[in-house]
Amino acid sequence: MNRDTIIEVRDLCNRFGRNVVHEHLDLDLYRGEIMGVVGGSGTGKSVLLRSIVGLKRPSAGEVKFFGQNLLTLDAGARARLEQRMGVLFQGGALFSSLTVRENVALPLIEHAGLSRKDAEELAEVKLALSGLASHAGDLYPASLSGGMVKRAALARALALDPDVVFLDEPTAGLDPIGAAAFDQLLLTLQKALGLTVFMVTHDLDSLWTACDRIAVLSQKRVLVADTPERVAAYDDEWIQNYFNGPRGRAAYSAVQGN
Amino acid sequence: MPSTAQESPPQITREQDGRVLLQGNWTLPQHAALKAMLARTEVPAADIRLHTISALDTAGAAQLANWLGIERLEQMLAQETELQPERRALLQTLTRALKREPPPKAERISPIRQALTLLGQQTEQLGRHFWQLSGFIGLVLQSLFGILLRPSRWRITALVNQIHQTGLDAVPIVALLTFLVGAVVAFLGATVLGEFGAEIYTVNLVAYAFLREFGVILAAILLAGRTASAFTAQIGSMKANEELDALRTLGLNPIELLVIPRVLALLITLPLLTFVAVMSGLIGGALVSLVSLDIPISQYLGILADVPIKHYVVGLVKAPIFAFVVAVIGCMEGFKVSGSAESVGRHTTSSVVQSIFMVILLDAVAALFFMEMGW
Repeated sequence: MNRDTIIEVRDLCNRFGRNVVHEHLDLDLYRGEIMGVVGGSGTGKSVLLRSIVGLKRPSAGEVKFFGQNLLTLDAGARARLEQRMGVLFQGGALFSSLTVRENVALPLIEHAGLSRKDAEELAEVKLALSGLASHAGDLYPASLSGGMVKRAALARALALDPDVVFLDEPTAGLDPIGAAAFDQLLLTLQKALGLTVFMVTHDLDSLWTACDRIAVLSQKRVLVADTPERVAAYDDEWIQNYFNGPRGRAAYSAVQGN
Repeated sequence: MPSTAQESPPQITREQDGRVLLQGNWTLPQHAALKAMLARTEVPAADIRLHTISALDTAGAAQLANWLGIERLEQMLAQETELQPERRALLQTLTRALKREPPPKAERISPIRQALTLLGQQTEQLGRHFWQLSGFIGLVLQSLFGILLRPSRWRITALVNQIHQTGLDAVPIVALLTFLVGAVVAFLGATVLGEFGAEIYTVNLVAYAFLREFGVILAAILLAGRTASAFTAQIGSMKANEELDALRTLGLNPIELLVIPRVLALLITLPLLTFVAVMSGLIGGALVSLVSLDIPISQYLGILADVPIKHYVVGLVKAPIFAFVVAVIGCMEGFKVSGSAESVGRHTTSSVVQSIFMVILLDAVAALFFMEMGW
């Protein structure tokens, strides 16, 4: 694998009042890999994601994105860098005053300079790619089901064909068939576009099928970041419970069966 | 990959042996160039090679599929052996996705028919709205009487909290606003009545205006703007967050829990705010009378004392009615919110407009009624 580092997190500390979430956290994301991030509730997975994409200013430490710190760049350079990443938020975060198609077309019109017609055509393709039915483009986010919201949000995250996508629990709330299709879609896009993926997830099937590496957040830092097999073999009580509990074993044997 | 040959434009080259090579970047930054090129190039019948494209993303792949047609692309995917596996996967995913049914075309409707439809819809909506409002009022009254006799179901904490927010916090703005309006009315009286040498009646003008109308209506309009909107936004975001459904599934009645304390709070606070409004309006009038008409405070109070108390009562009896209307409209619009944040905003606007409209309408009706009764 190409070990070209896209994102470098160094010595990251995050605290809210007295509650310390991260302490001296280090993490690297390499080009072209799918990295799964796991951790118990409240270990700061979403906070880590928000720190990396520049939505949250860390209490200390720094995050380098293609070698540059987003928070110290001027607005123009930051916007150019931000176009190279797509984010799928946990709740979808679709703009409620726009239809699904307009949601996806918005970045294409604003950043890629496409005409509205071209952008909406391309948006329709992205919606098709993410597996939405053809009538969904005209709907408003309020009338979508949970699974459809995830797909529409993925289509928007991929609108500009970014280098890196950040996914916050992408398969939570999807039915198993939809979740499996999502994993396959992710793998296809990753291979075809050289996509790098940072995925916060609790879905053990996703972890085993899609992820190249898994980072475990525990004790306020990244406890281990390695291939799924090595992480599952890591000597830590939480990790052992996570991967070798009944659900973890079932997911692993399903992957082995394939 | 995207980093290689960043600036090379897409090309279609015809080789000596009849093969057609697609080259360059078929990517989103080249979208315009690609579109223009494909529009002027006919799809060649010859063998087309895809593996020579240096960069391909979903935007480029979509244009390619559009240009070639899905069947042709599928055929080519089946035949071309040199194609990189990841490109093949991308194009296959794309052709699979594009083969779903096209979106249904929207029917064209003539503008006249559209206007008529809109008029009909709006009329029906208005009718349905009043129907809903009466229904909601009924529901509120029913729950109100239901818990009136059972003190164990009274929600004193919520009530006090609402009185604090809607009453106490509104005192400064109500007092300031009515003080200014009182001063303005006094100036108006001084100007108009001064021409007849009847400046002294300025005091009566301010007193009658504030006791009968301005005190209660200014307080009610401020409450409509300040509190009806807050009620709609609070209840509406709870509705959008499924909190109201959660209350119902817990066997709790949202009307009793959320609406009754708000309605009761306004029933208590609006008469009190009306009193504050009347007082500070009269003070504003007194100040102007003192400064620009040289009417001393003792004379001002003397004239006030001669104004019959029934004018104050006529003003005050409207307060509970306005309070009820404002609270009910604010809460009902909150219940009508559907899902999205945008809907919360729309209903908040609607609740303010409606409650101000209803306050003024009811005030006009009441004025007519009191005039006919000679009160």
